[in-house]
Amino acid sequence: MTGPSASTSTAFEKAKADGRAALIGYLPAGFPDVDGAIDGLKAMVVAGCDVIEIGLPYSDPVMDGPTIQAAAQQALDGGVRTRDVLRTVEAVAATGVPTVVMTYWNPIERYGVERFAADLANAGGAGLITPDITPDYADAWIAAADAHDLDRVFLVAPSSTDERIAMTTAASRGFVYATGVMGVTGGRRATAEVVGPLIARTKATTDLPVGVGVGVSTGEQAAELAEYADGVIVGSAFVRALLDNAGDRSAGLRALSALTEELAAGVRRA
Amino acid sequence: MSDPVTNPVTNPVTNPVSFDADDKGWFGGPLEGFGGKYMPEALMKALDELDAAWQEAKADPAFVADFEAILRDYANLPSPLYEAKRLSESVGRRILLKREDLNHTGAHKIRNVLGQALLTKRMGKSRVIAETGAGQHGVASATAAAYFGLDCTVYMGKVDTERQALNVARMQLLGAEVIPVESGSATLKDAINEALRDWVSSVETTAYLFGTAAGPHPFPTLVRDLVRGIGDEARAQSLEQYGALPDAIAACVGGGSNAIGLFTAFLDDADVRIYGFEAGGDGFDTGRHAATITAGDTGVLHGARTYVLQDDDGQTIESHSISAGLDYPGVGPQHSWLAKTGRATYQPVTDAEAMEAFALLSRTEGIIPAIESAHAVAGALRIAPDLPEGSTILVNLSGRGDKDMGTAVEWFGLGQAKPDGTPVGATDAQIAEGAKS
Repeated sequence: MTGPSASTSTAFEKAKADGRAALIGYLPAGFPDVDGAIDGLKAMVVAGCDVIEIGLPYSDPVMDGPTIQAAAQQALDGGVRTRDVLRTVEAVAATGVPTVVMTYWNPIERYGVERFAADLANAGGAGLITPDITPDYADAWIAAADAHDLDRVFLVAPSSTDERIAMTTAASRGFVYATGVMGVTGGRRATAEVVGPLIARTKATTDLPVGVGVGVSTGEQAAELAEYADGVIVGSAFVRALLDNAGDRSAGLRALSALTEELAAGVRRA
Repeated sequence: MSDPVTNPVTNPVTNPVSFDADDKGWFGGPLEGFGGKYMPEALMKALDELDAAWQEAKADPAFVADFEAILRDYANLPSPLYEAKRLSESVGRRILLKREDLNHTGAHKIRNVLGQALLTKRMGKSRVIAETGAGQHGVASATAAAYFGLDCTVYMGKVDTERQALNVARMQLLGAEVIPVESGSATLKDAINEALRDWVSSVETTAYLFGTAAGPHPFPTLVRDLVRGIGDEARAQSLEQYGALPDAIAACVGGGSNAIGLFTAFLDDADVRIYGFEAGGDGFDTGRHAATITAGDTGVLHGARTYVLQDDDGQTIESHSISAGLDYPGVGPQHSWLAKTGRATYQPVTDAEAMEAFALLSRTEGIIPAIESAHAVAGALRIAPDLPEGSTILVNLSGRGDKDMGTAVEWFGLGQAKPDGTPVGATDAQIAEGAKS
């Protein structure tokens, strides 16, 4: 029990007051193992992440490219369970940084939507990012999030119609996740050409902050996209920092810190 | 799923129930039912457009006429309804076979792909992608792409490309690109994941020819509508040829497209019993099977809420079956609903039972069935004694067995010869018993 959860919106407000975009960093729980992920995420907090996104490893991750697939598979092979994800949330949220879980839907449905919302709130988690469920099919989650004061981060995509964007932002809480490319994580590079119009269409429907993720990996890109977005979300690049240093935990942590610092400088350069 | 526990019929039909989906894709509603559309937002517009295009196309007499002409002139349809007299004699009940094994490319799947490819042309897209397990849907998709002049990419688990190298060659000959998938368990479910990843990146120009009546709305109803000709034809043929409806109908169920294709025409015929036979693999008690409805728990897989083989954390469990076409840990949501309402009965059939029926049908009728379809034959033989004398069972013989000869060689020990030319392997008696030598 870590007390009331911090909404992600407070982190966006703080960044905005500083005249910059927020930095959101991702690792899957249980990668390279449960304690290793906790150590990695804490290092990312210390080095400058404003919000932490913890992946719940799943056997069939259709929005993820090979890098995050490999990390999630390693976590599952290592025996990570949903309760380990909650333990990871508790450890990271204790740092005071808003902490959300990124999860495909079936593990939540299996755990019980209401039960998961209650346990996530108890662990100090701020909410969920849900890549494979949209508000028009999420009645149970919307109700559970309301009951437990949790953020509901739904996604908008370059292919979304204006009607669907309006429907999505109306159901969102905390922030809105704009996918920077048509594609999976760790693949194509997000560019201002695609992201700019999507963020403009999204902001036309809501006062919520908009974070851009998928296809963002470097400080330079973070700087470019921070001109349009309220937050920059990075996942595969952090996972790669650990994969590239497999077998050397302290080198992995140094790589995570260095990447965080590069990205944190990027969101301040815009 | 720790212990296999048979899913009960929790909602028996006492009042008129809709067996069809509502306009959001729910069979039985969002609370208690199955289906829906659990997909990334990036694909929602494309799924909505597909739904709208299909509603429009199926109401367009020109489209319907085009589809019927292609099925007739190109795919060899309608397929015959055939009375299997020697098989009937051996079980004491009349067995009718819907001969989908005689279709172009060798299975019912040609109906689905020709329909979806025709729709793709109508929607102005130039490329199709497909997933495949054994390769049958991949071959059918490559065939339809060749027929319509579309680019075609097929995702196939690496394990399956090795098990079914001949089908890989067929797809390549037909002009398709085959991409082996190495992620996860490197089988059908992972091929679906990879096809969805392609689609997220290519949705503007590309149609996903989904291979079964599963997945997100509108695929379960779209695919069903395209393959329901199986049952529509069989029902009319039964009345015309035998003056009556069958007493029971039977089909194998993996994802469930051939089964829903047969069942749909008979759902409102309350006196016709409906049976689906799932892959029981090594045996239900071993946990190594693909009996999703019998043993699965409600969950979300590949875009639909349905029965899923999964662990306590909702991670998908790998399925097992001698038949690649039934080797899938999910099932089409309409089957889950038909099971829950009690309208259809689903039972597992083991590898050994299916192979026994495979040999029996070959020897009594001169028809080598697909091993998938042999599950339906085995199931029909099992239920036959429970039906009154004089009853008729109509079985969907969904595909032919050419593709399965490698498996049959291994199972029965066929076709080998010693260096001196002396044949070895199974004796006639062993084959007739269906015993694994």
